[in-house]
Amino acid sequence: MNNAAYERVKLARDSRRPTGLDYINTIFHGFLEMHGDRRFADDPAVVGGIARLNGTPVTVIAIEKGHTAKERTYRNFGMPHPEGYRKALRLMKQAEKFGRPVICFVDTAGAYCGVGAEERGQGQAIAENLLEMSTLCVPIISILIGEGGSGGALALAAADRVWMMQNAVYSVISPEGCASILWKDSAKAEAAAASLKLTAEDAKSLGVIERILSEDDIGKREFYDRIRILLAEELKELSGDTELTQKRYDRFRRAGTAAVMKE
Amino acid sequence: MALLNFMKPKNRLEEGGRTSAPVQRDSGEPEKKCPNCHRDIPLSRLWANDLVCPCGYHFRMKARQRIQMTADRGSFHELFSDMKSENPLNFPGYNDKIETVRAASCEKEAVICGSALIGRQKCCLFVMEPYFMMGSMGSAVGEKITSLFEYAVKHRLPVIGFTVSGGARMQEGLLSLLQMAKTSAAVRRHSDAGLLYIAVLTDPTTGGVTASFAMEADIILAEPGATVGFAGARVIEQTTKKSLPDGFQKSEFVLKHGFIDSILPRCDQKKCLTELLKMHSGRSPV
Repeated sequence: MNNAAYERVKLARDSRRPTGLDYINTIFHGFLEMHGDRRFADDPAVVGGIARLNGTPVTVIAIEKGHTAKERTYRNFGMPHPEGYRKALRLMKQAEKFGRPVICFVDTAGAYCGVGAEERGQGQAIAENLLEMSTLCVPIISILIGEGGSGGALALAAADRVWMMQNAVYSVISPEGCASILWKDSAKAEAAAASLKLTAEDAKSLGVIERILSEDDIGKREFYDRIRILLAEELKELSGDTELTQKRYDRFRRAGTAAVMKE
Repeated sequence: MALLNFMKPKNRLEEGGRTSAPVQRDSGEPEKKCPNCHRDIPLSRLWANDLVCPCGYHFRMKARQRIQMTADRGSFHELFSDMKSENPLNFPGYNDKIETVRAASCEKEAVICGSALIGRQKCCLFVMEPYFMMGSMGSAVGEKITSLFEYAVKHRLPVIGFTVSGGARMQEGLLSLLQMAKTSAAVRRHSDAGLLYIAVLTDPTTGGVTASFAMEADIILAEPGATVGFAGARVIEQTTKKSLPDGFQKSEFVLKHGFIDSILPRCDQKKCLTELLKMHSGRSPV
């Protein structure tokens, strides 16, 4: 069995990879973090605020995993609670009010599975993001930088442009979860990873993402500079688009239509 | 008995509930064990009562039976019935699985869409099918629901949706995931057109369906005792290593936490939906 796909999964989960905050602090200037969802709490798994991209104010939101054991525990391993998604939405609506583009960095195994998360409406929180993002009047670019775990990732990736780092993965379910449900054996995760078509190349060929970002010099100055230039170029193009929300609708409207057979 | 035979399920898959197949005793008629009160209930009695046990337990129901129960007689006009999913990822075993399910369920996909009259009020209706891969949402389910909301906008109709789903259909990978964003965008357009959307959550409504169109309705109702949640209870137990509170993720729990408007027993559904449709019919178009 070809386990190249599962190798990608392991790479994507590597705690040495740059995290959301690494991207924010290096690509942007003067990041001002904004806390809290104004409903219940502040979720450390989601970081957001305002920063400058080449001088222009933008809203940046990231799912943060942390590097060290202590950081990772504090960030709940990058698994947001509903309040994390609600904070993200609050900041997106604020961006819309002030005409700022939104840039999201996505890195999560998935939305957190817990009693509190269910009590506070994890499903409703994700649904509301999808609903609101579909008509947000400012450009949204989402970059999957590590793990793109299902609805918990999509809730920050219903964007005009979705990019993936070369070794990031994006999937409807974890390979372990898939193997355990389908084959009652989580050890078959390698086979599941290959079947789920979760690599950046797969996502590109399925039309789910627009661009794969090279990981050459990952973590170095050149690496972040490249992303900054690409973001600035793309935002320039999107900012002048008067049919932005129509095109975003069409982008998702197309999804899977080729997989539907009409008799 | 002739009428009852007509109403009886065509095959084993069509019977509601998580219980074993009904037992035929030597003398009496077939019975079914209720998982709530543990009594054996004669099938005829269940069928006469819309698959609700006298104790109040709501058995699962086939989508077509639900349509028959909800829509005015003869008013349901099916739409997009020709759509079904292919195997876009060439996922191993998916072709066989879906063909088996199609043959057993006599349905092509896990949702049935159409227009109907409910209490003489015209509306669009979608009903998900628990006996088709537990209502899992793949490309075709997303496409049908999206198309229905677009149809409803075009014809200025309210949408009533009965949800039941284990979540996104993993065999279609990312394409299933994106159906959450696609259906949500369609719900949003319908909402922005000033039109009414009522969701009735039935057992179980979970995963990607909860995290998209099930939780996006203007009015969200649920059947008694239905499991409504995002993550599966077993997964939560394994992740948190804690036992779950009583009634966790049941519709009564979700009501208490403020995420649904009301719990609606099956016997009251038609009357309530009719009244809600009437109360929203006077609104002038935006």
